[in-house]
Amino acid sequence: MADYKIDDTVDITDVVCPVTFVKAKVALEELDDGQILAVRMNNGEPVQNVPRSIKEEGHQILKLTDNGDDTFTLIVKKVEDE
Amino acid sequence: MAKVDYATLKKGGFMRQKQKNNFSLRLACVGGALTAENLKKIAEVAEKYGDGYVHLTSRQGVEIPFIKLDDIDDVTADLAKGGCRPGVCGPRVRTVTACQGNTVCPSGNINSYDIAVKLNERYFGRELPHKFKFGVTGCQNNCLKAEENDVGIKGAAQISWKEDTCIHCGVCEKACREEAITFRDGKLVIDTQKCNYCGRCAKSCPVDAWDVNEAFLVSFGGTFGNHISKGREFLPLITSEEQLFRVTDAAIQFFADHANAGERFKFTIDRVGEEKLYEVLKGAYDG
Repeated sequence: MADYKIDDTVDITDVVCPVTFVKAKVALEELDDGQILAVRMNNGEPVQNVPRSIKEEGHQILKLTDNGDDTFTLIVKKVEDE
Repeated sequence: MAKVDYATLKKGGFMRQKQKNNFSLRLACVGGALTAENLKKIAEVAEKYGDGYVHLTSRQGVEIPFIKLDDIDDVTADLAKGGCRPGVCGPRVRTVTACQGNTVCPSGNINSYDIAVKLNERYFGRELPHKFKFGVTGCQNNCLKAEENDVGIKGAAQISWKEDTCIHCGVCEKACREEAITFRDGKLVIDTQKCNYCGRCAKSCPVDAWDVNEAFLVSFGGTFGNHISKGREFLPLITSEEQLFRVTDAAIQFFADHANAGERFKFTIDRVGEEKLYEVLKGAYDG
């Protein structure tokens, strides 16, 4: 994660679908265009689906990192709607 | 009164009710799609000739119950003005069912409705030894339950990795529910034994580092009536529409050639032999 300057972090390991995506989406809304969010999520259903949902919202996914504790961190660059 | 030809009425979608001289009129309805114009006319006919309601069938169709025998010609003519045609029942190709597919659904791998329309044009109403059902589902989520059908078609993604575009983010590795993707020394490796062509890797990829070809998985011999059996996939991935229709042509012809009257496809396959069907299907598959 050292490769990216993280502007904000959100932990969605305490919620389940569909709130996982909603929580990440709300965190992204607080950022400015081009800023970077780190999203910590659980293995399984969240890591299968949340990255795709964020992509479909139009944001740019940079990296998914295995934290080694059955959680993953997704690095996302916010892309503002035109 | 002249003798009522129930077989002809049934063929024309008029289903005899338990109430004497009353029919539930089944309408042709491909993939569950009806226009607003169709719906207005259906509502009008249900109020004027029926009991003011419709039944939505298990195969995405509409039936208008309590149509009176004497009104059948008037009802058929009136419905035609709203673009509605009667459906079919009995030993022939039935309504082709479909999900909304990739024109609407983010998960869809194929345009299910378009395939259903093409199947319908090709086969609808074709006379056979018994009923024959096609269903088209857009992806592995299988909302349309492909394997319930005599021939079930499932949208698939034939994928190949574009190394030059890939940013090695690792999203696809986790998006894959079959654990078919691993990165080894910076190279993506697909376990083709595990891949089920769901396409989630490509759909989740942030930089679209995949070539995706619309493909089909086809199952044969599904039936969910008095006997229940799941359709089986005999063939590898079908990679073009042309190939798909060669295979469906071969399957329906196999049924026409070998089935006994009143025998569903599954039981024809069991009686004649899976290997016989496979031979025919493989021939069509290879072209």
